[in-house]
Parts: sequence; C-alpha cells; structure tokens
Amino acid sequence: MAREITEAIVDGILIGGVYALMAVGLTLIFGVLDIINIAQGVLVILGAYLSYSLFTKAHIDPFVGLLITVPAMFVIGVVIHWAFISRLRGTERTSMTLLVTYAVGLIIEGVLFKIYGANNVQINPRYVNSSVHILDFYVGWVYIWGFILALVLVAAVYVLLYRTRFGRSVRAVIQDETAARLVGINVNKVAALTFGIGVAVTAAGGEVFGLTNAFNANSGYDLISRLLSIIILGGMGSVGGALGASVFMLTLESVVTIWQPNWAVVVYYAALVIVLLYRPTGLFGRKAVRAQ
Amino acid sequence: MNEARRTGRSLPDLGTAAKGGGLLLVIVIAVLFPQVFTNPAVTNYGVLTLIFVTCATAWNIFSGNTGYISLGQAVFYGSGAYAMGIAARDWHIEGTAVFWLLPFSGAVGAVVAVPFGLIALRVRRHTFIVITIAVFFIFQLMAFNFWFTGGSSGLNSPFLSWPATTYNTPFYYIALGYVAGSVVIAWLVRRSRFGLQLRAIRDDEDRARGLGVKAMRVKLAAFAISGTITAMIGAVWFYYINQVEPQTGFDPLFDLTLVLMVFLGGFGSISGAVLGALIIEPLTLWLNTQPAFSGSVSEIMLGAIFLLVVLFMPRGIIPTGGEFITKLRMRGRPAVTITGPASSTPSAPPVSSGGAR
Repeated sequence: MAREITEAIVDGILIGGVYALMAVGLTLIFGVLDIINIAQGVLVILGAYLSYSLFTKAHIDPFVGLLITVPAMFVIGVVIHWAFISRLRGTERTSMTLLVTYAVGLIIEGVLFKIYGANNVQINPRYVNSSVHILDFYVGWVYIWGFILALVLVAAVYVLLYRTRFGRSVRAVIQDETAARLVGINVNKVAALTFGIGVAVTAAGGEVFGLTNAFNANSGYDLISRLLSIIILGGMGSVGGALGASVFMLTLESVVTIWQPNWAVVVYYAALVIVLLYRPTGLFGRKAVRAQ
Repeated sequence: MNEARRTGRSLPDLGTAAKGGGLLLVIVIAVLFPQVFTNPAVTNYGVLTLIFVTCATAWNIFSGNTGYISLGQAVFYGSGAYAMGIAARDWHIEGTAVFWLLPFSGAVGAVVAVPFGLIALRVRRHTFIVITIAVFFIFQLMAFNFWFTGGSSGLNSPFLSWPATTYNTPFYYIALGYVAGSVVIAWLVRRSRFGLQLRAIRDDEDRARGLGVKAMRVKLAAFAISGTITAMIGAVWFYYINQVEPQTGFDPLFDLTLVLMVFLGGFGSISGAVLGALIIEPLTLWLNTQPAFSGSVSEIMLGAIFLLVVLFMPRGIIPTGGEFITKLRMRGRPAVTITGPASSTPSAPPVSSGGAR
C-alpha cells in the first residue's frame, strides 16, 4: 500500500507540473486583464491537435514541434485579444469577456470537430510507452520530460515577470491599471502580449497532454473546469500559487484514485469548495482581492 | 430630475396601451399555437422553447437582478429531473399522477439551493462563477456514480399512454403555465422591496450592506426561488422527453445557452430573457435538424452569433431597441424641452445625462 501511495504521489506531482503549465497562462491573463479565459481549455486541445498534426503529417517530434506550435499559439492569442477582447468596454466587461472567450472556445471546438472528427486520438511517438525504473515502480519517460518542460517554461515565465522590463510593466498593470497607464505604460500592448504568452504556454501544455491522454475536441470542458479550480485555489493572478495548487490538486486526485477511482474527481472539486469556505482568496492568494 | 421624470411619464402613455395590447396578443398567440399548428414536430419546438423561456426567466430572477452570473443552473434542472425520476420509480407512481411530483421536484430544487448558495454566495464575481461550475461538475459526477441514479444510462420516466398526435399538447400548456408563473414571479420580484435590495447588491454590495440590506439572506432567497422554478421545469422536461442522463440533465451547454439567451435579449430585463429564449431555442433546434449544419457547424454558428451579440449589441435587444425607439420618438424635438423650465438651473447637465440612458 505504501508503494502505491508513493507512486500516486509521484504521478500526481509529475502531472501537476503539466497542469501548472496550462494554469499559469490562465492566471496570468486573469491577473493582467482581469478576465477569465474560458477558451483556455479548448486552446490546450488546439495545441495538442497542432502537435498531433505536425507529428502524423510532417513526422516532427512533438517536443521539437513546440518550436512551431508555441509561436503559432502566441499569434493566435494576440489575434483573439485584438479582435474581440480589446474591444470590450464598460461596466459589464467582466461578464462580457467571459461570454466572448466562451464563444471563441465554442467556435474553435466546432472547427476542431469538423477537421478531426469525434474520435479520440493520442500523439504516440515510439518513446511514449517507454518508462524508467525508479525506486520500485515505473515512471513513463513522457511524464518526466513533460514535467521538466513544464518546470523550464514556468521558470521562464517567472523570470520574464520578475527580471525583465516587460515583466515589471506587467506587474504594474496587475497592481493598478490606472497608475500604470499614468506612468506611461502602454496597457493595451502589455495586455495583448500577456494574452499571447498565456495562450502560447498552452501549446506546450497541450503537447504533453496529448502525449499522456487520449483527447478529442470535447476534452476542453473537463480541462477548463480543472484549470479554473486550480487558479482559484492558488489565488488568482499568482504564478507560484498556480504551480502549488496544481501539484496539490493532482496529487490529491491521484492518491484518492487508489481507493475510489469514480469519486476522485469529486474530491477534487470538493477540496476547492472546502478551501474557499475558509480562505476565500485561495491557498496562496493575496489578502485583499480587488474590490467588486 | 423631477422635471425629466414628469415629462417622461406623459410620453409613454400611448406606450402603455401598446404594451398592454402587445402582451395580450402574445398571450393569445401562445395559447392558440398548438390549436393552429397541430403537427407534433412543430409543437415539439413549442414545448422545448417554452421550457427554455422558463429557465431563462428563472436564471434572470437571480443572476439578472443580483449581477452574480451563475453557471450552475443545470444543477437545479438536473436535480429536478432526477428527483421526479427516482421518486416515480421508487414510489411506483405512474401515468398522469406523476405530475403531482412536480412540487416535490421544486422542493428538492430549493433544498439543493440552500447549501449551494451558502457556499457559493460567500464569494463574488469570477470566483462565484467558478464555484458554480465546480458544484455543477460535482452534481454531474454524483449522477454518474451514485447507486440510485442509474449511472451513465440515466433514468427513464414512467410511460404515458397518450396518442402520439396530441402527446405534446398537454406538455405545451403545462410549460406555458410555468412560463406565465415564472414571468409573474419575476415581475413581482422586480417591483418589490426585495427586488430593489437585489439590485442594490448588483450595483454595490458593500454599500447595500452598509445601508442595512441583509445581503446573504436576500441573495439566498433569490437563488432558491430561481432554483425551485428551474427544478420544476427540469422535471417537466424529463417527463416530456422520457429520460434523463447525467450529460443531458447536467449539461454544461445548458448553463451557457441560458446566459446567451438572457444576454441576447437584455440582461436583467424580464422581456429580454423571454425574447432571447424565443429566438435562440428554436434556432438551435432548427440548426440541429439541418444536415448542412449538423453537429459542429451549429456549434460554430452559435458561437458566432454569441460574438456578434456581445460585440455589437452588448446590452441586448430589449435595452438597445428601447433606446432606438426613444430616439425615434424624440426626433425633431430639441432635447432642451425635457429640461424646459428647469434649464436655467445648473442641474441641467445631469438631467440630460440621465435622459440618455
């Protein structure tokens, strides 16, 4: 039993890293633009399908293919922001952006269905089933590579936020948009780039997701609800919180799965509800969230 | 301000008569509809549309008045459907007697709404939305996994031995009754002190609380009213289509469709919610039957309509249309007439800005 639990914890941490990658984009977009990108789940699936197509059609290794899919998703993110999100103004902006990103997600999902059909697919290069013997259980190489990739990218986002001039302006916008505007920051540009980066990291998240799960265009719903739970639990707008919360949640789910595979997901959402009862700003959230 | 209101009142006198006449016409059309169109395929559209009109109105009672966007309304819809299904199965109720279970379904909706609301209404805005989604998924998973819900194949309703040609008609009138009931409730809520408190919460919850509104109690009451209506109509829907599955009873698209309907018609406006549902539901039903728009294409079109509405008519048809009519009426009249006698006072600018809304 102890062995099973250790294995579940290791699994949870490794998968949690991948979820962190997807959640970081979502939390960053929320922090800067004050919107929830409901399309994030579908965008992850889009990233997975891009990697899938590059692999099956052009025989490009999915990890190498990231060099193409990440910039492509960045462009898609900037375009979505420019075309729809930057145009919304006014008091109901929050709920409006929710609807707009949902509509964008719906359209992307429909297009993916049209192109790829409803069958589940998985990216399966030769190494997808090879694993390594650690302690006394096996861990798939894909999970390890995915985890390393996630760590590198989350670290890159972190460095971008805290060590660059751009990052400083992003944080300024997160803290106070009006003040940032007053000191000469081009808020619209920062928002567009942030949205682009937030979507670009989903390309990597989607690639690893596609390697470790069978997916179809519908898989986005399950993903977005998990990602939302993660960023709320981690405190919205906090990159470190997203990492911590996704590792915590996925480990919890993975451990519960040992006894109750059917109810594991319920535990996941129930944990969210219980934590919020006692800490409305999430586990790692700032003390005061923005006023309504 | 008073000037504007007084002159403003004399204007829509004709409008009130027109409104009353319009309402009467809508009622007559709604009542006669299944008598004129007896084709079951057409009345099927009617029944499903009225079900959604009720749902959208119920959603709007809570979310439209308080500004809390709930994406967990399907929790009530599915709970109502499952409550009827389980009760009918375990208590061996058959035939038309099943309709007596509707109040039971409503009670289940209310019982679900209280703990749901107590948890979700502690948080605001985005977090509230996400909590409602989380609760929604918990309910869907419970429907999948509990021993008494029939698992992934769901529940079948008792058999109704009505002839197929007129099968839809009683359901049509039941659903119409629910539409009428929910609209009346929405109207009563809107013009009551209770509704005023809800809208105060929507504008500024902390200030409303400071002024003595018991925010949690008021929000919870509205949430429970909305949940009760939705659960009852969910049970009607279940008996109408004869089965419920976890994915259809607790359907994420259901929540979003309601939001789309209400935003298309006009967020917070009763007629807006009704109009939105009257447009969207037949449209989606029709799109789904068209081979050219099968499956994903109807989804793409729904998304596109959604985008167009939000980008070009962000306040919905009813408010935008109302503004347009007001503008038409005011055409040729100098805007000063509103402020007329009071124009010499410095309070003129706020009056004109108030009139523009």
